[in-house]
Amino acid sequence: MSIVIDTGNRIAAKAAIMAKPDVVAAYPITPQTTLVEAIAEYYAKKEFTGEYICVESEHSAMSACIGASAAGSRTFTATSSHGLLLMHEMLHWAALARLPVVMCNINRVIGPGWNIWVDENDSISQRDTGWIQFYCSSNQEIYDTVIQAFKIAEHANILLPVMVNLNAFILSHTSMPAEIPEQRTVDDFLGPYIPGWKLDIENPVTFGNIIGPDSYIKVRYAMQQAQMQAKQLIPQVAKEWKKHSGFFHGDLIEYFECEDAEYILLAMGAIGAESKIAIKELRSKGHKVGLARVRVFRPFPTEDIIALGKQAQLIVIDRNISVGNEGALFTETKAAVSGIPETSVQGYIAGLGGKDVTYQDIETMVEKAMTGKAAHQLWYGVEEDR
Amino acid sequence: MAIKDIPVEECMLQGNAACPGCPATMGLRLVLKALGKKTVMVIPACCTAVIESLYPHTSFDVPVMNIAFEAAAAGASGVEAALRKQGREDITVVAWAGDGGTYDIGLQALSGAFERGTNFIYICYNNQIYSNTGIQRSGATPYAAWTTTTVGGKAEFRKEMGEIVLAHHIPYAAQTCISYPEDVYAKVMKAKTIKGPKYIEILAPCPPGWRFSMDSTVEMGRLAVDCGAWAMWECENDVMTFSGKSKLLLEKKVPRKPVEDWIKHQGRFSHLFKPQRDEEKLKVIENHIDRTWERYRALYLQK
Repeated sequence: MSIVIDTGNRIAAKAAIMAKPDVVAAYPITPQTTLVEAIAEYYAKKEFTGEYICVESEHSAMSACIGASAAGSRTFTATSSHGLLLMHEMLHWAALARLPVVMCNINRVIGPGWNIWVDENDSISQRDTGWIQFYCSSNQEIYDTVIQAFKIAEHANILLPVMVNLNAFILSHTSMPAEIPEQRTVDDFLGPYIPGWKLDIENPVTFGNIIGPDSYIKVRYAMQQAQMQAKQLIPQVAKEWKKHSGFFHGDLIEYFECEDAEYILLAMGAIGAESKIAIKELRSKGHKVGLARVRVFRPFPTEDIIALGKQAQLIVIDRNISVGNEGALFTETKAAVSGIPETSVQGYIAGLGGKDVTYQDIETMVEKAMTGKAAHQLWYGVEEDR
Repeated sequence: MAIKDIPVEECMLQGNAACPGCPATMGLRLVLKALGKKTVMVIPACCTAVIESLYPHTSFDVPVMNIAFEAAAAGASGVEAALRKQGREDITVVAWAGDGGTYDIGLQALSGAFERGTNFIYICYNNQIYSNTGIQRSGATPYAAWTTTTVGGKAEFRKEMGEIVLAHHIPYAAQTCISYPEDVYAKVMKAKTIKGPKYIEILAPCPPGWRFSMDSTVEMGRLAVDCGAWAMWECENDVMTFSGKSKLLLEKKVPRKPVEDWIKHQGRFSHLFKPQRDEEKLKVIENHIDRTWERYRALYLQK
């Protein structure tokens, strides 16, 4: 065990190489760049002994990961924003092919205009690809989640790719301390990768050929079953990792001061971390508020949110917008609690384009919601400027 | 090398879903006879994705990974890297793609894989159209050819994919034609022994796409070579050698047949003959072939 002080990107790279992938294929994009540069350094120093393919695009990065994973190898990549969007087709492909690729995505704004700061529209717009999605709130959580991601993705009952999201700059480029376990701790925890299927000359099978409707619907059904099983597995893996490393960042959701809360705030990523300070401040003013930081967005923690809805009024902050409707977490939270009478869900869109969201901003949002004035989703930081 | 020396063993099985007279299946048979069972194939969207047959059946006796249209070379890069890490460099990785997946949508991934020195064979079976989607123009479609998206005939000349590949200076690149099985087999066998990126393009005359009788596939390929509309060559470590009839054409040891001998059999050019002959366009085609061969001679003829 050693304590390092480093950026989210470099800690993600450290976790990735300690998982000992056989193949990394990646293409640089701001603000993911320092992550793939760190892997290149490990590769040059022979601390990473897998194959490192410097591809010519993100589409090819994911395609190469698919090829490597299909050939039976543990596989990792990282991207951000436009890079993730360029991968879109192959994200579906990896998931439908049931290949457990692990990828870090640095949540960054989509252009135009060009903007390299944080929001989560990049990964939220990939929510229907079949990937399991984590959202991290600290560098320690990034390390621990990348390791857990391999365990979850490669589990025989799951075999789905996993995306570990970390917010641009707030996490990717901010140095924080993190405890790095011994290599053997990671080795013991992960074990070898046993492919669910692979390209094998001894067993020449054709993968992904034309498939009729009766079979195709079963493919989709099996993916959905795997995602539902991941709801059970992710908490188990989190607890198991706690035994190995001592660290725990929540199951599907991290709960903070929720026990007696009358209002519970739901948020993801760095806003989720900032919200803890806001909750403490609000508690000191006598408000019974709590935080449910959504750590896993796919599979969606519906049952956990129903439990929250039975206990408290819910307030959602989204750092994304499904233009023409609402923030994604807001919509899905409302859907989850739709059968519970007397539960209200209020929401905010905040922090798009990297607009700063401080704990004071969060306090302001929660206090306004507690008066019932946020009933429809409000845009924080737009109305006040009028 | 004679036909009788080509192995009898088949890795391309019977009962596939190809059209009668399909050149792709002829190519697949020859390629897999050359490569044998220690082969992994990567196939993007193209006719072969249909020829493979409907799940749970397959017409291949080697492992096959299907991949998205533009992704064959990148997917093969991943397979190759994984096998290398596993110490299985005895397995040949081959990407098998059509001209759409090679000349057009897959060009970037192909160029990237070549530039990275990926140890694989990339084979383009070129039927000069998007045939799987039902005969639309590609970058390989020749001037004046009818397709469903060039209804009055294509207004542009095809690009020289082979020469784009040559600009990557990979260890081995070749062009051949389905009508010369010994040539196809020999080129694949040679590619198999060379480390690094290899490119082989096979002209594949498509009966429904070019609008000719399904018993004339082989003849259409031979005529394409005879009239200089297609060139057979190989380039090993930047040393260019023309093959078969194309060598004789390059050296002017045989006269080039008029292109009309080739196109008059193909419905895709019928508008050049009916209701009346389009002398202007016929001349444009003929002149373009002449200019192409003059350029070949200037660049590639051993002096």
